[in-house]
Amino acid sequence: MSDSLLEVQNLNVSFPGRGGITHAVRNASFELGRERLGIVGESGSGKSTMGRALLGLLPQTAIINAQKMNFSGVDLLNCTEAGWQSLRGRRMSMVMQDPKYSLNPVMTVGHQIGETCKLQLGSNAADAKRRSLAMLEAVKIRNPDRVFDLYPHQLSGGMGQRVMIAMMLVAEPDLLIADEPTSALDVTVQNEVLRILDDLVRDRGMGLIFISHNLTVVSSFCDRILVMYGGKIMEECKASELHNAKHPYTRALIAAAPSLDQLRAELATVKRDPEWLK
Amino acid sequence: MVDLRVDDQTVRENSIGRAAKRVTSFIASLVLTFLGLTAITFLISRLTKIDPVLAIVGDKASQAVYDKTYAVLGLDKPLIIQYGAYLKKLLSGDFGVSVLTSQPVLSDLIHVFPATFELATVATIIGVLIGVPAGVLAAARNGRWQDHVVRVLCLFGYSIPVFWLGLVGLFVFYGKLGWVSGTGRLDIGYDDIVTTRTGILLIDAAIDGEWEIFRNAFSHLILPAGILAYFSLAYVARMTRSFMIDQLGQEYVIAARIKGRSFWGAVWVHAFPNVMVPLITVIGLSYASLLEGAVLTETVFAWPGLGQYITRALFNSDMNAVLGGTILVGTVFIGINLFCDFLYKVFDPRLRGP
Amino acid sequence: MSDVSISLKQWLLSDAPASPRQAFLGNVFRATRTVVKNPSALAGLVIVLLLIVIAIVAPFLDRGISPIAQDLSNRLHVPDAAHWFGTDELGRDIYSRTLYGARVTLTIVALVSVVVAPIGLAVGTMAGYLGGWVDALLMRITDIFLAFPRLVLALAFAAALGPGIENAVIAISLTAWPAYARIARAETVTIARSDFISAVIMQGASTTRILIKHVVPLCLSSVIVRLTLDMAGIILTAAGLGFLGLGAQPPTPEWGAMVSAGREVILDQWWVATIPGIAIFIVSLGFNLLGDGLRDVFDPKSV
Repeated sequence: MSDSLLEVQNLNVSFPGRGGITHAVRNASFELGRERLGIVGESGSGKSTMGRALLGLLPQTAIINAQKMNFSGVDLLNCTEAGWQSLRGRRMSMVMQDPKYSLNPVMTVGHQIGETCKLQLGSNAADAKRRSLAMLEAVKIRNPDRVFDLYPHQLSGGMGQRVMIAMMLVAEPDLLIADEPTSALDVTVQNEVLRILDDLVRDRGMGLIFISHNLTVVSSFCDRILVMYGGKIMEECKASELHNAKHPYTRALIAAAPSLDQLRAELATVKRDPEWLK
Repeated sequence: MVDLRVDDQTVRENSIGRAAKRVTSFIASLVLTFLGLTAITFLISRLTKIDPVLAIVGDKASQAVYDKTYAVLGLDKPLIIQYGAYLKKLLSGDFGVSVLTSQPVLSDLIHVFPATFELATVATIIGVLIGVPAGVLAAARNGRWQDHVVRVLCLFGYSIPVFWLGLVGLFVFYGKLGWVSGTGRLDIGYDDIVTTRTGILLIDAAIDGEWEIFRNAFSHLILPAGILAYFSLAYVARMTRSFMIDQLGQEYVIAARIKGRSFWGAVWVHAFPNVMVPLITVIGLSYASLLEGAVLTETVFAWPGLGQYITRALFNSDMNAVLGGTILVGTVFIGINLFCDFLYKVFDPRLRGP
Repeated sequence: MSDVSISLKQWLLSDAPASPRQAFLGNVFRATRTVVKNPSALAGLVIVLLLIVIAIVAPFLDRGISPIAQDLSNRLHVPDAAHWFGTDELGRDIYSRTLYGARVTLTIVALVSVVVAPIGLAVGTMAGYLGGWVDALLMRITDIFLAFPRLVLALAFAAALGPGIENAVIAISLTAWPAYARIARAETVTIARSDFISAVIMQGASTTRILIKHVVPLCLSSVIVRLTLDMAGIILTAAGLGFLGLGAQPPTPEWGAMVSAGREVILDQWWVATIPGIAIFIVSLGFNLLGDGLRDVFDPKSV
């Protein structure tokens, strides 16, 4: 495996709230090289929280501690705001779930992509425009010049998500965290966007963390898989070895995915064992 | 591969149709509300205990003269017709004659309005310049001491009587500290030096180059304007805070941070532009309410504006003047309110797009 | 019936109330508890209760000094042991007048509430329930009144009808009721479509009965919250009218009028105008705090 991008050991994230403390992530440990890691879990499993913790974007009230949390040797635990700003966008980036909400409604597409160039690459206006147009082409948008001047509400879901990808990859980061990148899209559009993501990640040799609730998509897209439940990592295995998964939760997830070749009268559900939460 | 949901042509046609509907709705509201206002002022003028006929012919006149005057004044016609005649007079600029000044009310109003305009405008400018950043700060530091300070300030702004604050301000800043001048627009002796062009003293004095008068006018203006500015500030800051809290919770703000924006960069470059449009309508509404607040403030500071004109007319039972002033303030107030409503609907993001 | 005895608190908080009365009392209890837990809302509640109490027991608190007894040899006296808040320009005790002024304020608050809430509810529920041209017409009228300037219109009214509390109340009510019509209509529109209304209609209930017995009670909480929040503004407007001499007439002590009386002597005898103003401020503040707290109870989503 290539040089290690991320090293995480015993990461804990909790949120104090009115009804007590919520432990969103518990003792999570993993490593990531220039490969694709999928994190699968249901709502509330802590996968998105972990993704945001890696970028230092959790709310101020969050309590984060870990034995180790490094990105390419840079300590993320004690990172100052200035430190984060030099990492975010340039070396680590994130694609969020729904472009309806994650793109600024009052700024044009070109302006938003260009902003990353100006912030991270020191581009002037002309250079930013050039790079933005090139990036729009890279995400297979048909009329980059026209889309450049459009506002987010004028874009369809698939286009918006491609704009988001363009915006977050234009500065060529080493690591991309994709938080449910296709969950808000129509099924027909999902595959297109995944293919674009696939090409870009491979061409640039980036590390990728793919967060999703969809085990099928993750297993076909990623090299390794982490299965999360209740804030803990239940299982870690290679995507190709998924059928040999040992943990009962993972096996239940696999069994619950409906398949066209198996005739069944009832869909399988996951029987949760409280033991898993300990 | 279809790139866009709806093609451009359809989008443009939908927008024009909707825009035309909004404009007609706005104009219709304006006209109807104005009619409502004038109907009320008309009814009020009929409610007055003073018999308009006796006011003209005196109480020694004979029944015949009384009857004749009654008919001449059109008082025997149905109310609706009388209202129509009243409306016609208003629209032609005839607001009656003021008992106090013996001048046509309309010319009186034109004479006194600039003073109120000056006061309300300066107050709004100060209120916005302080209120908007305060609201942004409170939203960005939600739950912390800066937020609490701003919220308390706003709370007081909704609870303090403006006339009382004016008096206390006079006592403290003029009486005790001597930082500002007292009541009125200028010290006695400075009247009639500056040529009245716009009616706004600061501007007129600057044009004439009379800097001493400018300074004096300013020191008279700053306290009442400051007091009114506080109330404007309270409202503007509170609304700004509310809007910004909504925006700061949105995903695009986090996306901006991911791109490398600093916290304050995300606040001002990304979140703030999204509240500017609703904020403009808030500022407009604040201005409209300041016009009302000026009525009380002008009384406290002996400021020769519209408010003082109305209250003086009130104490002298000068109904034409009171109602004329009411119509003017009412129309401006209604106009601003409805225009802001209209602006808000035009820019409401929910109505944008295909 | 089981022999298990439950405490009053458990009965009030029960998830399955056995009667409408139990449900209502339970809601009142929960609301009060939320308000009491919130320190600023609690402060507001205390202030409002204090206002009511003072208004009622003023005769016991006035130290035997009448609010209208003049003593021209003792005009504009500095606050001291004999006159806690000093005396005004006619030698009257300001402390006593401030106490009795609470009655005037409370009267205005009560009268305006009693006028605007029913009118607003009637207009709003009818518009929301009947829909169609009735809705359009009523809302148009509401919008027209909503756009009027409150103070100036009240001035014009008072100019025609003469000063006095009744006219002040009418003038204020004229411009205050539209907000409640709007709220009631919004609530009614959502309620009108619900199943239980359909059920009541099928039972043969008349429109009036439906509106009064079923729709109005559901709008009440929003109206009460809005009323409490508006109260501060109404008190300030009323005080403004009083300041201009248009509210309660002398010798009845009214806080706004008292501030006005102190205007001439503000530079030397500051207490005459300042103290009644503080009373206005505290009462407005109280209603604002209470209103904010109530809004948190009924609609925690709003800022």
